[in-house]
Amino acid sequence: MCLAVPGKILSIEGSDPLLRSGKVDFSGIVKVINLAYVPEAQVGDYVLVHVGFAINTIDEGEARQVFEYLRQMGELAELEENGEKEVK
Amino acid sequence: MKFIDEYREGEAAQRYARMIHRLAKREWTIMEVCGGQTHSIVKFGIDELLPKQITLVHGPGCPVCVTPLELIEKAIEIASRPGVIFCSFGDMLRVPGNSKDLLSVKAEGGDVRIVYSPLDALRLARENPERQVVFFAVGFETTAPANAMAVFQAHQQQVKNFSILVSHVLVPPAMEAILSSASNRVQGFLAAGHVCTVMGYEEYEPIAKKYHVPIVVTGFEPLDILQGIYMCIRQLEEGRAEVENQYRRAVQRPGNTVAQNLIQKVFRVVHRKWRGVGQINHSGLGLQDLFADFDAERRFGVADQTFEESPECISGLVLQGVKKPFECSAFGSRCTPEHPLGATMVSSEGACAAYYRYRRIRPEESSIPRQKVEAHEA
Amino acid sequence: MKPDSLNELANGFSCPIPIDQYPQILLAHGGGGNLSHQLIEKMFLPLFHNPFLESRHDGAVFQIGSQKLAFTTDSYVVRPLFFPGGDIGTLAVNGSVNDLAMCGARPLYLSAGFILEEGLPMETLWRVVQSMKRAAEEASVQLITGDTKVVDRGKGDGIFINTAGVGVLETPLTISPASVRPGDVILLSGDIGRHGIAIMAVREGLEFETTIESDCAPVSGLVLSMLEAELEIHCLRDLTRGGLASALVEIAEAAKLGIHIDENSIPAREDVRGACEILGFDPLYVANEGRFVCFVAPEHAERALDLMRAHPLGIEASRIGQVTPEENGLVTMKSRIGATRIVDMLSGEQLPRIC
Repeated sequence: MCLAVPGKILSIEGSDPLLRSGKVDFSGIVKVINLAYVPEAQVGDYVLVHVGFAINTIDEGEARQVFEYLRQMGELAELEENGEKEVK
Repeated sequence: MKFIDEYREGEAAQRYARMIHRLAKREWTIMEVCGGQTHSIVKFGIDELLPKQITLVHGPGCPVCVTPLELIEKAIEIASRPGVIFCSFGDMLRVPGNSKDLLSVKAEGGDVRIVYSPLDALRLARENPERQVVFFAVGFETTAPANAMAVFQAHQQQVKNFSILVSHVLVPPAMEAILSSASNRVQGFLAAGHVCTVMGYEEYEPIAKKYHVPIVVTGFEPLDILQGIYMCIRQLEEGRAEVENQYRRAVQRPGNTVAQNLIQKVFRVVHRKWRGVGQINHSGLGLQDLFADFDAERRFGVADQTFEESPECISGLVLQGVKKPFECSAFGSRCTPEHPLGATMVSSEGACAAYYRYRRIRPEESSIPRQKVEAHEA
Repeated sequence: MKPDSLNELANGFSCPIPIDQYPQILLAHGGGGNLSHQLIEKMFLPLFHNPFLESRHDGAVFQIGSQKLAFTTDSYVVRPLFFPGGDIGTLAVNGSVNDLAMCGARPLYLSAGFILEEGLPMETLWRVVQSMKRAAEEASVQLITGDTKVVDRGKGDGIFINTAGVGVLETPLTISPASVRPGDVILLSGDIGRHGIAIMAVREGLEFETTIESDCAPVSGLVLSMLEAELEIHCLRDLTRGGLASALVEIAEAAKLGIHIDENSIPAREDVRGACEILGFDPLYVANEGRFVCFVAPEHAERALDLMRAHPLGIEASRIGQVTPEENGLVTMKSRIGATRIVDMLSGEQLPRIC
C-alpha cells in the first residue's frame, strides 16, 4: 500500500508540528501536503507523499544505489564469466 | 520526473534481467506482497523479462481486495443513510458487496464522495456540521499515519460529526499466515516498500529467521523490483535467509518513528478477517478506547451479518499465491472488471484485474513476438 | 441479431442490458469505456440497426445525389463549466467540428441545443455563448439553428449543450475503421492527457506552476490540409473520453485487426505525467480534446508526419505504432522496459487510487 510519489518541498508553513504543511512540487504540479511526519525536512528536500502526507524524505545519496549495484554486479558477473571461460 | 523516470529506464532494466538470467540456476518461487508492486510487474511486463525458473506469485497486499465483505456491506448501509456524506478513496468504490457497490449507492442518490486524503474528509465534516461525515479508512500500515492524523485532529478540534470505518490490515501477520500454511510454496519475499517506509523492517527479521526465507524490502518502479528480485534470488542461491533493503532511498531500518508514535496513540492491534483468507490474529488495527467515539461501526450501530461469497470466486487462493488468476474457471468470462465476482478483479492492483487488463491472453498463448532477453548459456 | 430478438426489443419485451447487473445508469455508462460501449452495442445499435451505425465511427457519411455529406452530434455536460484553455462552449463547437473532420469532411454548419438550469447566472451564459462564437470563427463554421430549454433548479448542472454538425466530403477516400489495413502506420498528432488533467486540476484543487491548459482545439484545418495533399489516409479518430487507449481499442475492434504501439513514442508533458502519478492515473486513458490518431498507408507515413509537424496543432506529432495482421482486435504495447502488454478498454472512468 503503495502509491507514494516523490515531490520537492517549495515552501513550509505552520508552527504546530501536527499541522506543519508545505507546498510540494511534483514535476510541475504543486499541492499542499502535510509535513508532520517529516519534521526534519527543509525547503528543497524531496519527500515521498502518500494520500496528502509526506511519509519520509528521499535520500538522494542512496537513490543512486540502484545503478551502482547494477554496475558492480554487472562487472562481477563479467569477471565470473571470463573466469569460467578460462577454466574451460 | 525525478526519482521516477530513471527507475523505468529500459536499458538498465534489460541489464538487470540479464543478470537475473545468469544468476538463477534453480527454480524459485517468490512472492511480492504489495498490490502496487503487482500492478507495476504486470503493467511493465517485468515477469516477462524473467527466466522461466523464477515464478512470481502475487500476495495479499491489496487492502481493497482483503476488506471483508461484511465491512463493505456496512459501508454500503452507512452510505445509504440520509444525511451521511460517505468519503472514500477511489479504489473502494467498485468493490462488490453482496449485491451492489458504493458506486451504485451513489447512483441511487447516496452522497458518496472520492477524496484524495483523509484530511479532505475531515474538512468536509467541519464545513458541513449538520451532516455526518464518514471516512472509509482502508489500508495497510502505509496509510495508517494519515488516518491516525485525521482522527487525532478531529479529537483535538472536537469535530463531532466525523467518524471512520476502519479496515486496516498489517503485513507481517499475513506473511506469517502464508508461510505457516501447509500449501505454501513461497520461498522468498519482496516486502512492501512503503509499508516499511513507515514501520521499518525490524519486525521482518524474526520471520526470516523462523521460516528461513529471504525478505527483501523492495520499491515499486521496474528497476526497484528487478533489483529486489535479483537480491532475493542471490540469497536463495547462496542459501541465506536475511532481511535486506533494496529501497534504501526511502526506507531505513527503524522506519518513521514520528508516524509510528501517532499510530500507536490512535490505533491498537486487533484480530482481523481477510476477505478470501479468513481471520488472521493480530493482523489489523482498531481504534484505541480514547478515540472509540470516532468508530463509525459504533456510531451507526450497524449489525454484523454474514454473507456467502460467489462459489466460483477463488480470490482467496489468488491472494495467497496458490493460484494464478487465469487458473480460475470464471476468469475473463463470468468474472471481468465490468462484473467482478470478487475483489481481486475490481481493485486496479488486484492480481485478477491486473492480469485481465494487461495480459488477457496467457503468456504462452500469445502470438505476438515477445521481447527476448539474452540468456546466459549454461 | 435474429429478427425475432429485434421484434422483441422493439416491443419492449426484454431490455438487452442485463437488468440484474445494471438496473440503473451509472456514471460509467457515459465514460467512453466498456460500459458506454455495452449501452451502444447492446441497446442502441440493434434497435436502430442500419449500416451507418454499424460503421461505428464518429460521424455518419451519406450521399445525397452526387454529394457526400457527413453528419454528427455530441453533447456536453462538463463540470466545471470553465477551465484553463476553454469552457463548455469551446468544447461544444470543437467536439462536433472534430467529429466531422474525423470522417474526412469539411465542417460547415452546426446546430446548438441548450438545456439551462433555472438560476444560472445570465453572465455565465453570455461567456459561454461568446466562446462558442469565437470557436466557430476559428473553425470556419456557422451556427445556423438552435433551441433553448430551461429546467427546474437542481435538475441540471448549470448548462448542458448538444451540438449537431454537417460537413461535405471533398475527398474520394472512405475514412473509417473498415478501411484500415495491416501495415498501416499510426500517427498521433500531439501530447496526451492535457484536457483531462486540466479538468481534474480544477475539480481536485491542484495548483500548477505553469497552468496546464486543455488542448481543446479544432483539428479540421490540419486534417483538410492532409487530405488536400492526397495522402492515403484510412482512418482518423479524435481522442476524447477514454483517451488514446480507448480510441485505439475501438478501432482495432471495429476493424477486427491488431494494433501494436510503443510506449516510448507517445508524447506526454512532464507536468501532466506528474499529475497522473499523484492521482494514480494512466495517461493513456486521460481525456483529450484537440488530438487525433491517423491511420495512413505506410508509403505516405513520412510525408504525413512532416505535414502534421509543420502545423501548429501537430508540432509534437509522433509515429506511435502500426496495424498488425492478427485478426484479434487487440491493442498491444511495448512498455518502456521492453516487455509487451495488452492495452485494454476501461470499464468506466479512472478513479484516483491510493494503491
